[in-house]
Amino acid sequence: MSAKRWTLRALGLGYVLLLLLLPLGLIFYKTFEHGIAPPLDAITSPDGLHALKLTLLMVAIAVPLNTVFGVGCALLLVRHRWWANPLIDALINLPFAISPVVIGLSLFLLYGATGWLEPGLAEAGIKVLFSVPGMVLASIFVSLPFVVRETVPVLQEIGTEQEQAASTLGANAWQTFRRVTLPAIRWGVAYGVVLTTARVLGEFGAVSVVSGSISGETQTLPLFVEKQYQNFNLPGAFGASVLLALLALTTLLAMNLLKRKEDA
Amino acid sequence: MSAHPASATSVPGASRAALWRLPGLGAGLGRGLVVLYLSVLVLLPLAALTSQSLSEGLGTFWDQVTSPQALRSLELTLVASLIVVAINAVFGTILAWLLVRDEFPGKAAINAVIDLPFALPTIVASLILIELWGPDSPLGVDIALTRAAVVVALCFVTLPFVVRAVQPLLIEMDREMEEAAASLGAGGFTVFRRIIFPNLLPGLAAGVALAFARALGEFGSVLLFAGGLPSTMVSSVYIRTQIESGNDTGAAAVSVVLLLASLACLVVVGLIQRWGGRHER
Repeated sequence: MSAKRWTLRALGLGYVLLLLLLPLGLIFYKTFEHGIAPPLDAITSPDGLHALKLTLLMVAIAVPLNTVFGVGCALLLVRHRWWANPLIDALINLPFAISPVVIGLSLFLLYGATGWLEPGLAEAGIKVLFSVPGMVLASIFVSLPFVVRETVPVLQEIGTEQEQAASTLGANAWQTFRRVTLPAIRWGVAYGVVLTTARVLGEFGAVSVVSGSISGETQTLPLFVEKQYQNFNLPGAFGASVLLALLALTTLLAMNLLKRKEDA
Repeated sequence: MSAHPASATSVPGASRAALWRLPGLGAGLGRGLVVLYLSVLVLLPLAALTSQSLSEGLGTFWDQVTSPQALRSLELTLVASLIVVAINAVFGTILAWLLVRDEFPGKAAINAVIDLPFALPTIVASLILIELWGPDSPLGVDIALTRAAVVVALCFVTLPFVVRAVQPLLIEMDREMEEAAASLGAGGFTVFRRIIFPNLLPGLAAGVALAFARALGEFGSVLLFAGGLPSTMVSSVYIRTQIESGNDTGAAAVSVVLLLASLACLVVVGLIQRWGGRHER
């Protein structure tokens, strides 16, 4: 019994060690091997700072939009019966399953030179591809399901009794939502927001296809990592990677705290 | 129509308008906005993709998908994903078991770090894997730019799926069944095969299907580590090379194949969940 247990421990923990922990630890070591200056210089270079700002801009646009959409969509799916609900429910999951490159290509073809929307957009003087709007569209697409998926089960679990009580006592729809529903689902929504943010921060494939990855213009941090690596500027690639890894670890921490709040 | 059916019957006297709806909006308007959001952001681009793939006819579509390089990439993607899913089915189940049934120092940290591949940007995953398992490997193992690198990268990004699908089932499982089996003389492996495994199967199957869908489309983590050599080019990397060389139709055709495969995975996940749900009752 004991021997079996130790074998399983060795297998499971060894796998995590070789696949996750050692690679992660090594990148921190290599980044700070010669002090904090090289990676810091790389990130605070004009291109690095621009990439950081652009990444934050993606988060600032895509996350609020997908949060409002996600909560509204979850309310409709759970609280209002409609014949098309199963269809919407299935559609929401699509971005989870589709390759980021395929998402990028789809946007590329829709907004590209021969795309359906090109004539109208060109007339209006709006440039979608190889500029910020296209990257925002890609970020929204890839991170669309998270808030819906985290909110739906919580809504199902809390039931409608309290909401009904509130409306019987004269609360209008908005008051009921603000005072009863939202406090009950807030940790579920917050969990979804954390996942959405992490996905937008790190999105690479879809954004790389629509952005053209122009340094100092359409380069987010993940694209910056690739460019720096290809240009053999390892301190730059490592520095940006460590920054993104720290953000990922913060995400994990937030996920754990929220899970505990949700369970409490 | 706009009021919740249950509340309409259970709260007599309250006017229909006072019954809660989506805040500030009628359900109809809300539905319109949800459908519009999904159509513009998701469906329209996918329609453009499908249209482009068929723009030169079905014959060209077929030629593009069956061109030697495209076929080779699809084959590698499929085989690597199957291998990866098999590896993670075994190690994912072991990890879920350790996290639920075992006690060891650092368990909470390991439990948290399992989700790292969900949170870590894929391009960073590629970079950290190449540093440990590439030309500068401190362990002296260099598998960068080989098919083994494809497998390792895909194992990394799909690790959480099986663990997180099996874990809740193990937590909920009734241990009395196992004890009964053991008291009747069943050995450890028999208990696992006859009692534990069948109970875990719905979760394991759903996790495997999700991991498979993810592996089929993975791009960033494979890119730097396995590269784009003819022998290591997965379909997503192939698609990007075709976009870069201006072959939009070829890129779209292979994309449609990947898209259909993803849809099939989602359908399978849905069926498994319905099957698992029925078993619960």
